[in-house]
Amino acid sequence: MTGMTLPESDGVRLTPAQLRRRRARSIAIALALAAFVAIFYVVTIAKIGGNIAHGGL
Amino acid sequence: MAYSDVPKDTAVADAEIGLGEVGDYVALLKPRVMSLVVFTAFVGMAIAPGGVNPVIVAAALLAIAVGAGAAGALNMWYDADIDRLMRRTAPRPIPAGRLAPGDALGFGLTLAIASVTFLGLAANWLAAGLLAFTIFFYVVVYTMWLKRLTPQNIVIGGAAGALPPVIGWAVVTGTVSIPSLVLFAIIFLWTPPHFWALSLYRSEDYAKAGVPMLPVVAGERRTKREIVIYSVVLTLFAAVVPPAIGMTTVAYGVIAGALGVLFVWLAWQVARMPEGDREMRPARRLFTYSMLYLFLLFAILLVEGGIGGWMSGSLA
Repeated sequence: MTGMTLPESDGVRLTPAQLRRRRARSIAIALALAAFVAIFYVVTIAKIGGNIAHGGL
Repeated sequence: MAYSDVPKDTAVADAEIGLGEVGDYVALLKPRVMSLVVFTAFVGMAIAPGGVNPVIVAAALLAIAVGAGAAGALNMWYDADIDRLMRRTAPRPIPAGRLAPGDALGFGLTLAIASVTFLGLAANWLAAGLLAFTIFFYVVVYTMWLKRLTPQNIVIGGAAGALPPVIGWAVVTGTVSIPSLVLFAIIFLWTPPHFWALSLYRSEDYAKAGVPMLPVVAGERRTKREIVIYSVVLTLFAAVVPPAIGMTTVAYGVIAGALGVLFVWLAWQVARMPEGDREMRPARRLFTYSMLYLFLLFAILLVEGGIGGWMSGSLA
């Protein structure tokens, strides 16, 4: 194999516009996940709070 | 959907590697349809007897909105082949080549499962079951089965759009009872004249795509007649039944009757359109007014039902 050079990777190359869109989509997914966690937390507190108020957990 | 006959350009490449804009995913959710779903579900919650924590109300509305969006995404995934043939739907993300069909399918399925599970955990499993049934009915019964099979597609399929207030009612009460079914019936009766008005001035599109909408299959004349019949039945039902069963006051009935008379008058104008009229202004007017009519009807129900019903003491 000495002296042979491997060809350059011909995988998918993203254009700057595509990279920008991928970044925007990643941020949107991150925000959606964070919001989901926050909503789950608030709903859990609301449900547990209601149960405590009604005399049991 | 095959893209083999689509020119190999940047847009197609974007779809192939799944790099649509965030806005394309938002468009899959059909935000305008979603807003009507959320509003009618909210009215179902507001007029239901009993109290629910506002946090649960907000969470349930979010779940219903996301569930409706999931149904929209799955509809766009399945209908991409006919969407690209119609002017109104060709710019949607999949037919326009900005999103891959598989991405829309995965997005829709994920949101459908997440929204149903979340509604079950946050509210109750009857409401979650109704949401799951709504998504199933819209995607499988309407989109995959009826839409391409029969001109009664939107009549039967209208059940999916009519269920959100029933889900809202179930969130608060854990039951399905007569008043929620009255709300269901109002939207169910409203759907045919609403969509047939649209399909009258979009009939060429539907014909091109092979969708058997009533004007395409049975002609304009029959469609106009059906629009008038449904408008009259809707007006009578929406104005008479809710006060008759004690859901609302007579004042609601009077206002609903007045709004309905205008609905019937606009439907009559549609019926009087000459056969050769391609612009079809009366049909466009009826389509626009029908949305306002439903919004106003539910707004009155909201006010009459007392927004404070579930707000008062709900944090207890």
